[in-house]
Amino acid sequence: MHVTVYTPASALRDPWLMLRSMFADLRASGELAWSLARRDIKAQYRQSLFGYVWAFIMPLSTTVAWVYLNSSGIVKVTNTGMPYAIYALTGTLLWQMFTEALNSPLAQLNGAKNLLAKLSFPREALILSGIIKWWFNVGIKLLIIIPALFLLGGAPDWHMVLVPLILVAILLIGTAIGLFIAPVGLLYTDVGRMIPVVLQFAMYVTPVVFAMPASGFAAVLFRINFMTPVIVNGRAWLVGSGGSMHTELALICGAALVLLFLSWLLFRTTMSVLIERMSA
Amino acid sequence: MEQDVLIKVEGVSKKFCRDLKTSLRYGMADVRDEVLGRPRTMDLRPKEFWAVSDIGFELRRGECLGLIGHNGAGKTTLLKVLNGLIKPDTGRIEIHGQVGALIALGAGFNPILTARENIYINASVLGLSKKLVDERIDEIIAFAEIEEFIDMPVQHFSSGMSVRLGFAVAAILIEPDILFLDEVLAVGDINFMIKCLNRVRELMRTSAVVFVSHNMPLITSFCTRVIVMDHGHSVMDTEEIGVAVNHYFGLAKNSVQISGTGEASVLDLRLAANGVAVESETPTIQQGQELTATLRVKIGEGQTAEINVTISDASLTGLLNIPVKNERGEGIELGPGEHEVQVPLGLLELNAGLYTFMVGIRHSATNVTLCRHQGLQPFRVHADRVHWTSFVRTSVSKVLEPKGAKVQ
Repeated sequence: MHVTVYTPASALRDPWLMLRSMFADLRASGELAWSLARRDIKAQYRQSLFGYVWAFIMPLSTTVAWVYLNSSGIVKVTNTGMPYAIYALTGTLLWQMFTEALNSPLAQLNGAKNLLAKLSFPREALILSGIIKWWFNVGIKLLIIIPALFLLGGAPDWHMVLVPLILVAILLIGTAIGLFIAPVGLLYTDVGRMIPVVLQFAMYVTPVVFAMPASGFAAVLFRINFMTPVIVNGRAWLVGSGGSMHTELALICGAALVLLFLSWLLFRTTMSVLIERMSA
Repeated sequence: MEQDVLIKVEGVSKKFCRDLKTSLRYGMADVRDEVLGRPRTMDLRPKEFWAVSDIGFELRRGECLGLIGHNGAGKTTLLKVLNGLIKPDTGRIEIHGQVGALIALGAGFNPILTARENIYINASVLGLSKKLVDERIDEIIAFAEIEEFIDMPVQHFSSGMSVRLGFAVAAILIEPDILFLDEVLAVGDINFMIKCLNRVRELMRTSAVVFVSHNMPLITSFCTRVIVMDHGHSVMDTEEIGVAVNHYFGLAKNSVQISGTGEASVLDLRLAANGVAVESETPTIQQGQELTATLRVKIGEGQTAEINVTISDASLTGLLNIPVKNERGEGIELGPGEHEVQVPLGLLELNAGLYTFMVGIRHSATNVTLCRHQGLQPFRVHADRVHWTSFVRTSVSKVLEPKGAKVQ
């Protein structure tokens, strides 16, 4: 018979047991994660006439806006090495994917406060279900973006097969950071308010809608920004070129993987403390 | 047998903080300690109190432990610690086997989705597989009595229907070794409630149950053992359920409320059971004894007054009215001054529980209320079994000779 023991001691005191239960819970949370993700996606679109069409509207409107700006000649940014509309569209969509991945853990936990306070289930399911929803949204964005690239005069080629790699990288970095700040974010709403502020600033020092500055203070900021290689390569592979800063990209992914694992540990060890504070 | 012990709780305590901002700060400190693997501080920090203090028990399969106590006594918190939602601050808990909980019925329901979809979601939140639901969904629908609404969004359900659905999902699917129940049995109408109770009894046969409730009839009919909690402490732990329930009623705060013109007052009300005076603040009287009240009243100058005595339950709802009459059935008129009046109350046929007196004195001609004392002389009625009704009369019945039927 399965025996569970609860004591005041920190779970970190027995790392081996903790690791085993972490992976056991991760395996156990698959079905629940799917179920919750399906619930949220279905419920999101059911109470509307157009249903799932809405999922396409947001990325589509962004795309249409850039196609229009491009064809009307309102924007003329030339030092990007490609039509500016393509530059901005790919940048924006990749950046959106990143912010969604980063916001997801805290949003998922906040949305399930009631469940967390009352029921015992593998908490990883909430994070996983956020990831499933993220892939759903990313899939829709890609369905829009790829035809749009041809429309805007781009020439995607075999590099497209590398795009899933960049998606995984974005998910990895976003989730790692998102999960890292989630425990404190559950206690203090300040964290949730800070995220959009910081992300907005971060977007301007990442080559999302602006080109990389060649020199000066801004160039340094762009260089040390860990999202720069991700966006640069993501965009490059989408439009059919090899990209650059591959070593940096690999290093960043490795670091994100480590951070993700640490965040997971943090999440596991602190969850009961946080639940106590939110139900008290 | 030692291996039959399914829940083992030793010296479990849990502290809470009264103040939100401070609580969040302590939360951060606890997060830091957890991450550094440091032991938690045992002492109470400012504004903290023990919500659960030094609770210990062992529970075997087939046993049902009732946790009773007034709001804020720590019952639900203890249940959360047992369920692993929050960590104990001291002590140790050992849980053997599969845990099922009938808490937070309908968890994860999304109002937009249909009942059928929600059954699957609710089940997966409870850790039950889709396959299991596939096998038993008809049973769930039948139990919840929502056949014709199964594909309707839950938001159009009446509250009773969604509670029934929530209960049915959990109660049909779980097969726990350990069952936690928190005030969820009193759901739906009486027919459904009986169905729930019967289902819980089935589950109880094969599990160890911890049952939190304020419903004393349920406690006495389900529990094999009761812990009475007060301010986080276990103040009584006994297998004599009636004694525990009686103790619980004794924890209630009582206050006397006085209204009226003030031209009369009740000085004193004393009780005697079977002719013996009872001297205690909230005496316990055995069900079935003969009860007598002796009132001392003072009537103001120029008044003639009549007295009326009422026995009220713990919520001050009047149960039994005893107009004070003489042997001819006429109201006794009292003139100015102090009087002592003996009022026989008859056999004590009240259900086990806490009761108080309400004494009203009104002007005999004008009916003006001179005084009305509510919550006077609380007393407890003790019995082994708490019934659902206000009154309990033990009958002496006999089986009549059947006509034409075969005697077994």
